[in-house]
Amino acid sequence: MKITLHVWRQSDAKDKGHFEKYVHPNVSPDSSFLEMLDEVNEDLLSQNKEPIAFDNDCREGICGACGMVINGAPHGPQRLTTTCQLHMRKFKDGDEVWIEPWRAKAFPVIRDLIVDRGAMDRIIEAGGYISINTQNAQDANALPIPKPVADKAMDAATCIGCGACVAACPNAAAMLFTSAKVSHLGLLPQGQPERARRVGNMVAQMEAEGFGGCTNHGDCAEACPKGIGLEFIARMNRDFFGAMLKSPDHIPARWKRR
Amino acid sequence: MSKRNLAFYDTTIGKKAVMAVSGLILIGFIIGHMLGNLQIFMGADKLNAYAHLLHSMQGPLWGARLVIIAALIAHFWSAISLTLRNRAARPVQYQRKADLATTYAAKTMIFGGIILALFIVFHLAHLTLGEIGEFDPANVYANVVAGFQVQWIAGFYILAQAALALHLYHGAWSFLQTLGANHAKYNHLRKAFSIALALAVAVGNISIPVAVLSGFLK
Ligand code: HEM
Ligand code: FES
Repeated sequence: MKITLHVWRQSDAKDKGHFEKYVHPNVSPDSSFLEMLDEVNEDLLSQNKEPIAFDNDCREGICGACGMVINGAPHGPQRLTTTCQLHMRKFKDGDEVWIEPWRAKAFPVIRDLIVDRGAMDRIIEAGGYISINTQNAQDANALPIPKPVADKAMDAATCIGCGACVAACPNAAAMLFTSAKVSHLGLLPQGQPERARRVGNMVAQMEAEGFGGCTNHGDCAEACPKGIGLEFIARMNRDFFGAMLKSPDHIPARWKRR
Repeated sequence: MSKRNLAFYDTTIGKKAVMAVSGLILIGFIIGHMLGNLQIFMGADKLNAYAHLLHSMQGPLWGARLVIIAALIAHFWSAISLTLRNRAARPVQYQRKADLATTYAAKTMIFGGIILALFIVFHLAHLTLGEIGEFDPANVYANVVAGFQVQWIAGFYILAQAALALHLYHGAWSFLQTLGANHAKYNHLRKAFSIALALAVAVGNISIPVAVLSGFLK
């Protein structure tokens, strides 16, 4: 099939950037979206032109690197699917496809479709840990966890940190991501000692990175390739109110703008 | 305000919680206000007696007014500050943007809100202070009917109520999520509640100017 691409090209963070048009005359419906881009790049290389820079690693939907906005939807038109797992059979012969990087102040463009998602790493750093004694692992049966709780924690833990929630959000908020990270530890017994401090610090870091706030549009959950739901944001808010009421120690310690 | 409260209000979650609580207070007011006003269909004497009763209780009346004014200021202030922050979070817009889940109501909250703010000022000038047209403080019924016989005034009221319905359609669903109430078992009730509230408020309030315009109330 013939696909016309309009791809965002930007040589570095300072460049203003622009869309460039490419035509791929012969796309196999069985190829993945990234394979299609690989072919476009090979063609560009053979003409001695700069290939389109895009991030990717696992190509099996688990690393979260391959984010790009395809026709206005993060990771493209298929629900619960990362760009690398998206197949060209989801498009039609003659389609025009617009490809843009994640757009957020907190995600500066490094080049073309690659953005710096370091802000998310810093949110995890602010609270994504538990304190346990090292030495021998304790007997797993000594820590009973009800199945529904374990399942919910696991649902939160499926977050691959791709940033699609931020990209989809009309406010470029990182609430779904942060709530998943707050919840997956906060739900489990091992996460209890730091629970209040965790939510305070992670929220404070999230704010300091310059993300927007949640106004309950719900686009994030729809865009999430792992199907993480808005209930986690409500859960984080509850945790945050609780932490604030509990003790002034939970004043976000890292409350400073970058 | 203690240091802790400041830190809380510094966050977008804190500001949103203030919006939710103040929004809830305003919802409570709006329901009471509508039920009071609907007494217009029970005749001039009934409505005027109700107005007289309210004015005879200056203490509670001002207590309630202060709460509502405080809620409006907190709501408005947080709305502006959140909206500016959210705009700043995406300096470069998408060329293409698909709406994945959001609604027209959710996307226009700030515009609907600004229409409401203008409406509130106009409404107070019109029927509380009596700055627009003829006004008799002792005859609320006559003021309402005379006001709505002017087409553009009735029109503005109807437009503002439509904006309010849209604001509530998102807001009444949204404030529970903001305050942390989201449960798979009850979420459909939240949606039903917001639709019912938006419709009830729109139909109830709009019925009054429509009744005057059509000559049913005179
Ligand atoms: C004074 C003018 C007003 C402005 C500027 C305004 C603006 C806003 C904005 C920007 C939001 C947040 C939008 C979002 O979450 O997507 C909001 C939420 C809300 N508004 Fe208003 N509004 C106003 C008046 C009102 C009135 C009169 C009511 C009630 C009858 C109301 C009830 C609500 C509710 C319940 C919410 C939801 C809060 C939440 O999601 O946590 N607002 N408003
Ligand atoms: S490349 Fe790893 S998730 Fe797509």
